[in-house]
Parts: sequence; structure tokens; C-alpha cells
Amino acid sequence: MPDLRTVATHCPYCALQCGTRLSRERAGVTVRPSDFSVNNGGLCQKGWTAPALLDTPDRLRNPMVRGADGRLTAVDWDTALDVVAGGLRRIRDEHGPDAVGVFGGGGLTNEKAYLLGKFARLALGTSQIDYNGRFCMSSAAAAGTAAFGLDRGLPFPVTDLASADVVLLAGANPAETMPPLMQHLRHAELVVIDPRTTATAEQAALHLQPAPGTDLALVLGLLHIAVVDGWTDTDYVRARTTGFDAAWQRALAWWPERVERVTGVAVSAQRTAVRMLAEAERAYVLTGRGAEQHSKGVDTVSGFVNLALALGLPGTEGSGYGCLTGQGNGQGGREHGQKADQLPGYRMITDPAAREHVAGVWGVPPESLPGPGRSAYELLDALGTAGGPRALLVFGSNPAVSAPNAGHITERLSSLDLLVVADFVPSETARMADVVLPVTQWAEEDGTMTNLEGRVLRRRRLQVPPRHARSDLEVLHGLATRLGEPGHRYPTAPREVFDELRRASRGGRADYSGITYERLDNGEALHWPCPGPEHPGTPRLFLDGFAHPDGRARFAAVDHRDPAETPSEDFPLRATTGRVLAQYQSGAQTRRVPDLNAAAPESFVEIHPDTADRAGLSDGGLARVSSARGHTVARVRLVGTMRTDTVFLPFHFPDQARANLITGDALDPRSRMPEFKVSAVRIQPEVTR
Amino acid sequence: MSRIVVVGNGPAAHRFTERMRHHGHSGPITVLGAESHAAYNRVLLGSVLDGSLTADGIALPPLDADVRLGVSATGIDRARREVHTDTGGVHHYDELVLATGARPRVPDVPGLRDGGSVRTLRTLADCAELPRGRVAVLGGGILGVEAARALAGRGADVVLVHPGRYPMDRQLDATAGKLLAERLGTLGVETRLERKAVERQPGKLVLDDGEVLLADEVVVCAGVEPETGLAQHAGLRVAHGVVVDDGMATSDPNIHAVGDCAEHGGTVSGLIASAWEQAEALAQRLTGARGRYRGTKTVTRLKARGIDLVSIGSREALASLDAEVVTLSDPARGRYARIALADERVAGAVLFGFPQAIASVTQLHDGDLPVPSDRLGLLLGTAAATRATPVELPDDAVVCRCNNVTKKALTTAWHGGARSVADIAQATRATTGCGGCADDVRRICGSLRTRTEEQQEGAA
Repeated sequence: MPDLRTVATHCPYCALQCGTRLSRERAGVTVRPSDFSVNNGGLCQKGWTAPALLDTPDRLRNPMVRGADGRLTAVDWDTALDVVAGGLRRIRDEHGPDAVGVFGGGGLTNEKAYLLGKFARLALGTSQIDYNGRFCMSSAAAAGTAAFGLDRGLPFPVTDLASADVVLLAGANPAETMPPLMQHLRHAELVVIDPRTTATAEQAALHLQPAPGTDLALVLGLLHIAVVDGWTDTDYVRARTTGFDAAWQRALAWWPERVERVTGVAVSAQRTAVRMLAEAERAYVLTGRGAEQHSKGVDTVSGFVNLALALGLPGTEGSGYGCLTGQGNGQGGREHGQKADQLPGYRMITDPAAREHVAGVWGVPPESLPGPGRSAYELLDALGTAGGPRALLVFGSNPAVSAPNAGHITERLSSLDLLVVADFVPSETARMADVVLPVTQWAEEDGTMTNLEGRVLRRRRLQVPPRHARSDLEVLHGLATRLGEPGHRYPTAPREVFDELRRASRGGRADYSGITYERLDNGEALHWPCPGPEHPGTPRLFLDGFAHPDGRARFAAVDHRDPAETPSEDFPLRATTGRVLAQYQSGAQTRRVPDLNAAAPESFVEIHPDTADRAGLSDGGLARVSSARGHTVARVRLVGTMRTDTVFLPFHFPDQARANLITGDALDPRSRMPEFKVSAVRIQPEVTR
Repeated sequence: MSRIVVVGNGPAAHRFTERMRHHGHSGPITVLGAESHAAYNRVLLGSVLDGSLTADGIALPPLDADVRLGVSATGIDRARREVHTDTGGVHHYDELVLATGARPRVPDVPGLRDGGSVRTLRTLADCAELPRGRVAVLGGGILGVEAARALAGRGADVVLVHPGRYPMDRQLDATAGKLLAERLGTLGVETRLERKAVERQPGKLVLDDGEVLLADEVVVCAGVEPETGLAQHAGLRVAHGVVVDDGMATSDPNIHAVGDCAEHGGTVSGLIASAWEQAEALAQRLTGARGRYRGTKTVTRLKARGIDLVSIGSREALASLDAEVVTLSDPARGRYARIALADERVAGAVLFGFPQAIASVTQLHDGDLPVPSDRLGLLLGTAAATRATPVELPDDAVVCRCNNVTKKALTTAWHGGARSVADIAQATRATTGCGGCADDVRRICGSLRTRTEEQQEGAA
């Protein structure tokens, strides 16, 4: 008899972390939206159908090791962990600790992300750890940290948006990526910046449609207008910021007519956008992946922060700037040490005081901690090369689909001596692995997630996992002890790991030390920083000052530059990539949910009818989209609102349909974010044989 | 490490110096600026004139170079590779860049050249204070129109005097020119067309038809002349401007010229976009790359609040017999578009009062991209997308995007007994995501109810 019960938990997908009530009934698991503040009784199709993940037919049920015949064969856990530990030890002995890499994910719970970072630094002694969040909001994180001294996606609760008069959404499409958020935007007039007429843009009072890769020019122009037209909040700029003059000296070269020529956004529309924002009593500027996933993503986000600062929005009650984080634990995942350059508590690994504190919690000498390692793309790019990792452990990620330049990255993955993937479904990356470790998923485990507003949430276990699945924490414990680590350093109970995380984060920028499972289970809404057991948490940051020593926010002196690739004779169009409502990230989970797959079964390319016509393409036919790196195949979808110079591809699909087969390896110099949002391509009919 | 000397400290010189550093030149760069101000953005002088920016507000970022202000070059010793200055300085160069700019042309009219309340708009000093009282702007080219508009916007009493039949007659055809004159009028700028000034008297300006305009101040916008004196004395090849090749070299391979003083392919461009492209090409060249300037596409976009106007290409292109010309004239609403297409590309265009088309047609021209097949969409700058109302939607149209619920699924739920939005939500999950489709679902319910009632009445 299965356990009949109900738990309050959260949706397994995006950073909104909608509240749900999961019930185990005789017919199976059912989900109901709860009245949790962010979703307020709403759920999108992904959330409603999430229980289907729990009994997906090809669920990984046994550890598997690739045998001499090249096939993955089921083995017991001891065998699998022995193979992994033996392999890691051998590679480390021969090539040094940095020959082992770790690749984490923004969907891992805080506990897993924390323990993964600790495992890498202590058990493996490697500096080579990074995660797929680098492909998500790293540009906004870098820009936010520089501007405010602290990066929390939304420095205010989502519900604050409901009273906004105007919200500027830059490169964000929440109507598809996090639909319940739109409830909070119903009152506001939306200004949407997107090269495409997305579902969000359709709801906009004003839609600015710049050419892909030109949004920095656009926002420099908006700042220019704010200054010349006298909309800046000069008292605020004087009292609460520094660096305006240097930022303005760059923006002054972006007068609206020049911006129009570079971006394609009409001067009058630029002026209207600024006027709407400036005249609103309560206004917000929000950025998404569209602004961030560029080789100048940090500067672009800084441009939007500059605009918000000039208008006096951040740190003001009822107004602000925020980043719409994407992945389920995209916020928490970037705070606890799975990032190449960071230690728990959002501390920098190069900061001696940070190293000393964390080493103290871990009971090791500070000098034993490795330094910063390669960023996500650079790590993947180095796999199997001289000086690069020869073994990789992947947790909660599917880089064979989600990394840019995917053909090359797949080749790198297959050049490894040892690829180990922990997942609960046979993702495209898991299928390449030498060892596959079946792990638990959301409704089978306890833990915490931190949503896009910096609020720490409890993920609760509804049901026992399949017989042979283990939690990631157990996997790390098993591997660490085999590598000679004392077992007590790697607790397997999430609550114990969280209590250690609290100590490790104490005094850091993301201070969780006052947050406990008890407080969360008692229904407290706790946003970090929460530095003590009596502290109420911090739903709104910066109201009294920004997190720099002088309390002032920083303008950034940024200037526009072209994307790494501009259209050429061979590749005359620009391709941009993104998301659809019914799929999530690499699609490893959502492609296994029948209703979602029925709604979005295959890759497609959105293209203007004229552009399609010139390329000999017709609606519903197959197109080959090629860049300098490779090609992908997608179904043609004619969309009259597309710019004629731009095509769009969703990135959720596998194999030859991977949009990332065409994306490039240009990285932002600071965030190391790849340029997902613009590639030069050509398009032609795909001839099927 | 080669030693660079730049004569001039305007936007072209500034951009060149910045790009040299960007491309990795670490040797010494000396910049000689005749004005006492640090480099500033000349394009924004109008905003200083109309008071929306201060002089400091248009300062360009500091340069990583030895910038000498208030120093004029007086001569070039090409044999010794030296530049001499009016302060007695001697600057040795390996590469010399002339970015001397241009000087305003002032018509030879009695009373104008000797200065009494007459100003040109070239330097910051020209914009020191807002002109007072009634202002006459001489010259209805692009700069004159922009200045007149900016001053009128600040409440000045402005009259624009122009010898042509309409303002900007070098860029516009008659229809657009007439609309521009009318628009200026509604914005508070009087015009005197086909008129010239013949005499400046205190507080007055006498025109060639005898009219005497009251004018406390005269702003002269009668074009510019390239500053070529230095080059000429040094024996460099000078036509209208200092003649340069695609690499921006003058007739002396170690001396280069960029910006308003340079003549490339028989043209002195005078546009900031050209100056920047030339500066970039030269910086690439001098740092070992293959920078090449091939001329800039001529796009004249008026910078005047409340006037959406662009002229692309030459007037000849617009009149060409080979071109497919698309025209829309809507004088009552002050709109006019004329686009000449050659091989599906924009060869020339004049657009007035179509803000979105100005943006998109300019991009199509710059990118040499084929234009949309829907010529009306081209003129409007939109891909006219019409959204059907929900009751007209086809059955397979998705009404609730969040939960992928089609109109058909809603209809089925209705016929299955779900008669309210709440019932339908229960049955289909429509409206349970963002809630944005609640109105559509309500409307579809209403239409189904009406239809069911009609059918029942029909049956009864």
C-alpha cells in the first residue's frame, strides 16, 4: 500500500518556484497550485504536468558502467562507486588534482550545490568546478555585484511588482518562461525590449524590437534621453550613487538618432519608453537572458542598471531593478560554492578572509583550498586537452544540449578518460557517460531552494525514491569516503548539510546563518541575508543603502560593441535562441512529459515569410540552419512579426535539432557568459533522403 | 615604438586616439587641441545651445594621451617629421594625423563678418549662452534646421532664412521640403525661403527682397570649409579637403587625415559617422591590421524633436528611371514617403513623419538587405500583424498559452457542462497560469451561451 499523504512543496522547474501541494493518491501523484505568494493559485502547463516526471518510463533505476563492449550495463552501487573512485584516483595520481573536473547545475538544491563545491575542493582537491548557471544569469550577477555590492536576482519580493505602474522587461519573456509571474504584472504598463514579438511583447504597451546584439546601444540611448530630456533624478544620483559622469561620457555618444540606426528602434519609441518609466510613480527595470547571454552581457546589464539608477529606482520603496533568474535554484546555486571563483556565502575564493572562514568550517587549513578554476565553457572546452581535465563529474546538468558550440563540446566530452553523470533520466550527456548514477528527484527528497527573490524555500519529500536511486548527497558521501575523506565531512541528511551551510555562509554576502528548517517549516518567509535566529530576513535590500562600503551604488562606464559575429556574405542572417513555454532548459525532463511533448514536440525556426521565401522555405518544411560551427535542423514556422534579418530557434531539443550546434564560443570577458543570443547563420531547405 | 602626433582634438581625433589604445598601441600619442576645452561631442552642441546640457555635460572621456589644450599647429616639417606650434613647441612624429576639422562659412554680408551678435555653431564657445530675444538662423541646411528647432523649443522667437526653395533642399525633394517647412511653422519657426541676407544692422537683418527682420541675434549655419591650411603649406595634396586614400594616408605616407578635413573619393563627408569610421580604419592600419575606409553610406537623419525625417542616398537615386519607386503621400497628416528600390534593395529614400519606417528602412539600407515584399509594410515600417478576436479564432488556436488549451478544448468543456470560467478552469486548466486569458475565456463562454440560446430558441 503506497503512503497516502500530501506535502507542501514547490514546482521542480523555474526560479519562480511556484508553491504546490503534492498528493499521493491511489491513481498516482496529483499536483495542485497553492496560494504561495509568487503563484497565488496559478501554475503553467509544466507545473501541472510535473508529476509525470516521477514515473517517466525511462527513469534511471540502476547504476550503470560502460563495459568493454561499449555498452552501459547495470551494476550495484558499490561497484559503480568503486569504478568512479578508482578512476578518479588514478587520473589524479597521474595528472594532478586539476585533471578531475566537476560540472554542477542551477537546479540542484542548496544542500547539493554546497556539498558539491566542498567535495570538489576537499575530496578532489580540484579547482576545476563550475556549473550551468554560468550560461544563465552570470552576466546579471556580475553587473549586480559591481553596481550594488550584492547580487540577489530580485532585491524585493515578486509581489511588489503588482503595484508597479510601468515595468521595463529587457530580454525577458516571462509569459512563456514563468507564466504565473504575469499575474503580478497585470496592473503595470509593460515596455518590452525583444527582437521578437514574444508572448510577453504581445502584452506590452510598448514593444522595442532591436536587432539581436544591439540592446546595449539601445539602453545607452535610453540613458542619453533620460539625461538630455531632463528625466534623471539628480538628487538621488548625487546622494546615493557614484560614477555617473564616466557612465554619461559613454552614453553621450549615443544620441537617439544614432541608436535608431544601429538598433532599428525608432527615436520616438525610445523617447516614449524613457518618458513612461520616468513619469511612473512606481517603476521597475527587469532583465532576462536576452540582455545577459552575450559576449557583452555584463556591460548590457550594467547599461540597464545605469538607466535604473539615473531614474532613481533601485533601493527605493515601490521601484527597483532586478534580474529574472531562470533555473529553479539559479539563485541559491550561485551562492554556495559550485562556481569556479566562489566559496559558500557568495564569497570570493581569492579573498584570504573568505578562505580562512570556510576552511575553518570545513576543518582544513586555508592553504589547502584550491584557487579559482575555469568557467563553464572554458572547462568544457578544455576537457581531454593537454592540461585540461581528463575526468568529469556531472550533477544536474545536460551540457551536451545546453552548452554553446555543442558539436565541439560533445566531442570534448567524448574525449574524456572518465565521464560520470548523476541524473534521474538518461539525458543526452548521461548517454555518453562511462558511469551513470541514478539519483532522486524533487518529490523524493528534502532540501531547500532559493527562488528568484532570494527567498529560501523548503522542498519536501512526498514519496520514497525507486529502490536503487540515491540522493546526490549520498553519492558524494560514497565517493568522498572512497577517496579517503572522513565520512562526517559529507553528511547525507539535507538538514545536517544545511546547518553546515549556515555556518559556512555566516558573515558572507549571502548569509543564511539565521535560517533553519524549523523556521521555514513554521511558515516564515525568509529572504537572505538572515544573519541570526531572531533576524526576520531581508525581503527588500538597499532601502537604507547599497552593499558597498560607502553605501552608494556604482554607475558603470560601458560602451556598445558589435557581437562577436555580424552577418556576412556566407552567413547573412542573425540567429537568436531561447525558450518555449512547454519545455524547460535542455528538455531532458520536459521532453519526457507526454502533454508537454505534445505541445512542443520538436525544434522549429521562426522566420519572416519573405526571408523564408527567398531561401526557398515553406511553412512546415524542414530547414537547415548553418553557422561557421555547424548546422541544426528545424521545422519552419513563418512568423510575420519577425525582423526579416533574424531567425529564432528554441534550444530544448536533442541531437541534430540542437540549436546550440550553431551558437559560438565567444565569452563575456567578465562573467564568461557565452553569446547564445546572436550568431551569424544562413538558412536553406533540408533535403531529406 | 612609433610616436603619434594628432593635430586637432575634436571627435575624430578623440575616437582615433581611443581606438589606437584599444588596438594595443602603447607608444606615445600627443594630441594638439586649439581650443582650451577638453574634447567634447560636437554633435550635441545643439543641446548646449538650447540649455538641455551644460558645456561639461558633453565632455568626452579623458584620453590616455598627452593632450595639449590651447595649442595650435603652425607648420609641418616633413623632412624632419616635426610639427611646430604657436607656443613654440616642436613635436617629432613617426605618424602624423590631421584631424583639423572644418570652419564655418560666413557669407560675405556687410555687418556679418565683424561679429555684432552673430554666431556660428561650431565650438563650445559659440554656445556659451542661449541667444536672447528674436533670433535669425541663416541657412536652412540640416544644421540650420536643427538649430532653429532647438531654439524654438526653448521658447526663442526664431526665423529661418534660406536661399533654397525649401529647407534641406540638397537632401529632400519638393514634397518633403514643403512638409518640413510647414512642420517647422507649427513648431514655432518662421521661414523666409528663397531669401538671402544682405546686411546686418544692430538688432536687424536686411533681406534681399528688402524685408527687415528684427533679430537680436544671428546664427549662421551656412556650411563649413575643411581646415586645410596646414596641409597646404606642408605641400600635401589638397583639393576641397586633404586628399586621402582608403588607408587615410595623404600624399605623404606618414601623414594621415581623418574627419571633416579629409577628402576621400572626391567627397568631404562632414558626417560624424564617416569621421568615426575613418578614425577606426586608420587606427587599425597604424596598429598593423588591415583597416580600410570605403566611404560611408549617406544617411541624413534630422535630429530635431518632433520632426521625423530621413534622407537616404542621393536625390538622383530617387529620380532614377531604373528604380522601382514606392511613394505614399499623406499631406493632411504630414506624412510622406518615397523609396527608390533597385534589385529589391533601398537605393534612396526620403521619409517624413513615419518614425518606425525611418528606423527600419535605414537598417535595410545599411545592411543592404532585401525589402519586405509587402510594400505597405515597408512604408509603415511594420509587418502588419492583426490579431483576431477570440470568438473568431479557429478551433485549434491556443487561448490559454500557459496550459496550451485550445479554443476547441474550451468548447468541448462547455458542452461537457462547464458553464463558468471557474468550471472551465477546473476542466481544462485554462486561466490557471498567468490568468491573462480570463477575459478571452469569458468572451468565448458568452458567445457559446448566446449561440446555445439561439439554437434553443430556434428549436422552440
